[in-house]
Amino acid sequence: MTCHAGRDTLSPMSIKIVYRDEEFEVEPGMTIRSAVLKCGLLPEAVLPVVNGKLVTGDYIIQEADAIKLVSVISGG
Amino acid sequence: MKCRKCRQTAAVNMRHHRLALCAGHYITWIQEQTERFIKKYRMFGPDDRVLVAVSGGKDSLALWDVLDVLGYRADGLYIGLGIDGGVDYSNRSRAKVEAFVAERPHLKLTVVDVAEELGAPMPAAADLTNRGKEKPCSVCGMTRRHIMNRAAHDGGYDVLATGHNLDDEAATLLGNTLSWQVGYLARQYPVLPADAGGLARKVKPFFRFYERDTAAYTLVRGIDYMYDECPYSVDANSIYYKEILNRLETDRPGTKLQFFLRFLHAKETSRAFAQAQTDVTLNPCPSCGQPTANPAGPCTFCRTWEQVRERLVTQVGPTL
Ligand code: SF4
Ligand SMILES: [Zn+2]
Ligand SMILES: [Zn+2]
Repeated sequence: MTCHAGRDTLSPMSIKIVYRDEEFEVEPGMTIRSAVLKCGLLPEAVLPVVNGKLVTGDYIIQEADAIKLVSVISGG
Repeated sequence: MKCRKCRQTAAVNMRHHRLALCAGHYITWIQEQTERFIKKYRMFGPDDRVLVAVSGGKDSLALWDVLDVLGYRADGLYIGLGIDGGVDYSNRSRAKVEAFVAERPHLKLTVVDVAEELGAPMPAAADLTNRGKEKPCSVCGMTRRHIMNRAAHDGGYDVLATGHNLDDEAATLLGNTLSWQVGYLARQYPVLPADAGGLARKVKPFFRFYERDTAAYTLVRGIDYMYDECPYSVDANSIYYKEILNRLETDRPGTKLQFFLRFLHAKETSRAFAQAQTDVTLNPCPSCGQPTANPAGPCTFCRTWEQVRERLVTQVGPTL
């Protein structure tokens, strides 16, 4: 699934966000929290890991960031 | 966002506490808070022997790590359910637990393998029973509870600790409230005293932490856990309730915490649901000795597994 959060057309600068086996595309310059919301996910249910480090929701996405969202919900 | 303690870049922001912390201070915070709630709710003391039920998931491994760091006498119990589900679920979970222990060789782990001990793995065993045909969870949960109680009893442990977090508790509370299960509401509490009949004392030292917070702890502590869910949990009610609560939480930080804490407060101060606390007389099961509400016969665990073994024999043939 692709979510072109931020802009309608995919720019060559768009950044990939990996969440489970899905991938989203976002633009650099927005906060990770708004990127998570624009991708239709709940910030409460994921932890953003940028370049291997846990970051807070106000982190501004930079070009060349490697972004992974770790799901925190477990069930059963 | 800056860490409140040292002004370095924060790694975690807990909106419900209006608290942002860097990785190092976050680790200390989780450990100190756990200690605080163990003491506040008189869960156990430094001399008590604690048995931690570990599944390989984030909460139980994080709990074992924190109790170990705090210096408690905490051993682990892993129950091998034999679930494959196309993803080799149980074997991979067990490998996570064993890797955790390999890094902390002073820890003691007991492994109970359901198929070895009882004759069949999940979900094959549940399939053979009347109550577990559709979904293995009820047989699986009951079996795990029985094994935990027995392991705590046989090992001489003072207390059994599980990794339930606030989201687990709030989801259970929401489910029980939607259907007004007053009996369950009466029993839901982070500490359940030992029962005279031999049921172990049960505690949930992580009941004040959001699921997001325990996950963050495992990430910053570098604890490798089983990320995949049990394949039979996919449409569990608990996940659905957690999602609903997280929607509320996103708009109004602190909703989950207040929902659960005010429930506890109502129970503590106005004895809410106390009248629903039925004093069922428990008798020792003639077969396994664990307390049961069945006045004349074996407990649910013994009856269920007896059924599994009978049907296994008819299925496979008596010669095997
Ligand atoms: S989801 Fe069901 S089958 Fe899987 S471990 Fe939990 S109770 Fe057992
Ligand atoms: Zn700090
Ligand atoms: Zn029994």
